[in-house]
This record gives sequence, structure tokens and C-alpha cells, in this order.
Amino acid sequence: MYTDKVMDHFENPRNMGAIENPDGVGEVGNPTCGDMMRISIRVADGKLADVKFKTLGCAAAIATSSMATEMAKGMTLDEALAMTRNNVAEALGGLPPEKLHCSNLAADGIHAAIEDYYARHPEASKS
Amino acid sequence: MSDYRQIYLDNAATTRVSPEVFEAMKPFFAEEYGNSSTLYRQGREAAKAVATAREQVAGLINANVPEIYFTSGGTESDNWAVKGLVCGERCGAGRKHVITSAIEHHAVLETVRFMERHMGCVATVLPVDEYGLVDPQTLRDSLRDDTALVSIMAANNEVGTVEPIRELAEIAHDRGALFHTDAVQAAGKIPLDVRELGVDLLSLSGHKFHAPKGIGALYVRKGVRLGSFMHGGMQENNRRAGTLNNHGIVGLGKAAELAKKSLGAETGRQRALVEDLWKKLSAAIPEIRRNGHPEKRVPNILSVCLEGVEGEAILLRLDMYGIMVSSGSACTTGSLDPSHVLLALGLPAEKAHGSVRFSLGQESAQEDIDKVAEVLPKVVSVLREMSPTWNG
Repeated sequence: MYTDKVMDHFENPRNMGAIENPDGVGEVGNPTCGDMMRISIRVADGKLADVKFKTLGCAAAIATSSMATEMAKGMTLDEALAMTRNNVAEALGGLPPEKLHCSNLAADGIHAAIEDYYARHPEASKS
Repeated sequence: MSDYRQIYLDNAATTRVSPEVFEAMKPFFAEEYGNSSTLYRQGREAAKAVATAREQVAGLINANVPEIYFTSGGTESDNWAVKGLVCGERCGAGRKHVITSAIEHHAVLETVRFMERHMGCVATVLPVDEYGLVDPQTLRDSLRDDTALVSIMAANNEVGTVEPIRELAEIAHDRGALFHTDAVQAAGKIPLDVRELGVDLLSLSGHKFHAPKGIGALYVRKGVRLGSFMHGGMQENNRRAGTLNNHGIVGLGKAAELAKKSLGAETGRQRALVEDLWKKLSAAIPEIRRNGHPEKRVPNILSVCLEGVEGEAILLRLDMYGIMVSSGSACTTGSLDPSHVLLALGLPAEKAHGSVRFSLGQESAQEDIDKVAEVLPKVVSVLREMSPTWNG
């Protein structure tokens, strides 16, 4: 059902936690659906210097959070905004079809955190 | 390779075939493989073994031997009971109404839905209280002159609640309806006496009490005219066609005999283990609640909800320690919704997602319970630390 890569990220999640005084926070999901994610970011020189997650959800929700934060770290904000759910799923070697929709929220969470950063920092130009 | 003991606590999903059952079955694969409908010695030997098994199964539920029909399992028994009754003469007699409960197994619920959609039946699905109990008064109020069948499970598979079958069956009979109970989770776990319960039909499944998968039985009270569901040969008194699954039937019989013998002592042992597990978990884990009825329950199931974590994640984390359990979260039901049973008990979806079910079997031991009591608090705390809803 799950690839080894999914299980690895589920069992050994990367970037778990919350950044203190973050530059942006994104929250996606809904506990009623069983999946909820909070992404916090630190921005330096127009890049994601740090990305952390807290996730309530199934193995796919946790693994996609771990993978997406790992992928996003070091990206420019534009690159991170261009990252899709599919990119995350592909990097994990695929997800079961029913999980593609409901639990694969991490890319959305990162986008939301970046939007929050722009809202907090209107001086930062959005290209 | 790790050499830790595999801790199997998902016996409500299926059980290991017990060694005595396996031994009893062995000759019927490659030695006594005759078709039990044939006349030569091989066939006669098989027929004798089937007859013995029928006695053993009848013995488990205090039925008369000819009232036991072998099927492929619980799902077939449930389908046959509902379709056979409602499609049979009862429907012809103008009875098109079926009553069931919101916490039935899908084998009953989906069959009833099919009958509604395609066979012109009308169904009433009774709610349950917070413990999973069907209220007898609600059943009384829902019965109609055209109610053909009431189907209420003997024990629920997810939370273990035992329904007041005897009382419910009596109420159904008062209005001329027949009563079926899905006893798949009750057979071999609690005493079942079809005479005392007063049920007309009862489903059971072998693999839930240490017989193999693919074999079950339907009890049909003498005098109940049940339409056939499998058409073909004259097997099973011309009511259920198909060459008999001799080795499965022999296994089911042996398992029924063993279950009956061990019922008192084994139930007490499992009940004590379940209570010990609950005592330890509730002491070690904050925000944990128990699902189902505190007393009216099968001895082997403990269902809990854990705040701030998701069931599939718990299940897979426990698996890392060799502990096998199940969950009613959406991820494990294969749909977007959590367990229909937990929702019917009134649990909000976010709590139902955090459910875990431990179900014991005859091989479950104190050391398994101690291991779970040691591991689960750790697993929960790791996942809660990860959760954005737990302590902010």
C-alpha cells in the first residue's frame, strides 16, 4: 500500500516541529477530515531558510509533510510556490489513490505559509 | 531480523487457525477428498465428517442439527438471511419492510440497501445510544404490519457492545416479523442459545473463532421458509447449492466444539486481560476514552479513542513494534468517512479518526498486554508532539 519511502518519512519524519517567531505560518486541513497541518517558515534572502511542520493525520499526511518540507528548504519563494502536490507524491514514489486527494496537503500548507509571509511583509515584492 | 514476539491483537478481523482445528482438517485435502454427495466409501466418509461438524456447530448455539446450513462465511449468511427472507414468500405476502440498526456490519447494511434500491423494499435503520445499544422501545415503534424482517447484530464488531437480542426478537415476533441476528462477533465469545434468544436466523463465521476463512453457517429455525440464494445442486437440503467445503466444514465443527468447551474459562481470561489493558492505558495516557458499553460487551474487544492523534498513524507506529491492531479512522475504512459505528454512537468525526481497536484471541497473553501498555503511551506521545491540535 505505502512505498518504502513513505514509510521511511512516516517513521523518521524530517523537519517536525514549529519555528520560533516564524516569518510565516500556513494552516491547512480540518480535523473533521482527519488531517490537519501547520507549516512554519523562516525566510532569508528571498529563500526558505527553514521549514517545519506539525501534522495530525495518517501516515501519508505525515510523510508528505516531511517530504515537502525537505524539498522546500532552500528554495526561492517562487520555486516553493510552484511546487505541487504531485511533485511531493512523486518524490515519495507515489501514494495510494485515495490519499492523493485527502492527505497530500503539505504543498498547500507551504503555499499558505508563504502567502502569510507576504501578508506580514508587504514590502517583500511578489514576482 | 528482529526476534520480538508478534503481538496479534486484531482477532475481531480474523484469527489464527488453532492447531487442533488444522489437524482435524488435514485428511480432507488429499486423503479423504471425496465429494460428500457421492455414494462410495470416500464420499460416505466425507459425509460422516460433515454430519459430525453439523452437530458440533449446532451444539455451540443449541440448535437442532438440521437447522444448520453451511455457507462461505458471515457475509454470505447475512446476504442469504436478508435476501432469502425478504425475496421469499414474505414479500409475496406483502411484507416489504425491513428493520436493521445503524451499527450493523456492511454485510447486512449494504444488503438491506440493495433490497431497497432494487427489490422494492423499504428499510428503517434504527439509531443506537452512546454505548451502541438498540432501544427496544424504538424497535417497537418502528415495526409495521408489513415488516418482514428485523436484523440486529448480537455483538458489534468495532466496540463489542452486546445487544438485548432476546427482548428485541420477542418484540419483532409480537408484530409477526421474523428476527435475524448477525452473531459473527458473538459466536464462541459469549454463550448463544438460539432457543433462549428466540431468533429465527443466526449468522456465524468460522475464522472469527479459530476456524479457517471461507466457512460459516446460517442457523434457520425449523419452519422458517427461507428462499434459496445459491441455485444449483440439491446440497444442504436443497437450500444452498454447491459442493460442500468439507475441510472447511470439518474445521468449523472442530472450532465450534473447542469454543464451546472453553467458553466460560477462556472468556473470563480474555475479559480480565482486556480490563487490565484498559486500566493500564487509562492510567498512562491522558485524553483516552473507552467506546462501547461498560458491561454489556464481548470479552475480547477494547475500543478506545485518543484525542489529538489519527488511528492509521497509531496502527502503523504500533506495527513498528510488532503489534497488530485496527482502527476506525477514515484512512482505514477505505473511504473519506470514519467508522459508521463510531459516528452512530454519537462520536464526532475528529474523535472517531483517533480510534483504535484491540481484539484478543485464545493466544493472547499477559505479556502482550504488558507490551501494549508499555508501547502505546510512547507512540501516542510521539504523535501528539507532532500534532498541531495538541497543546497548540
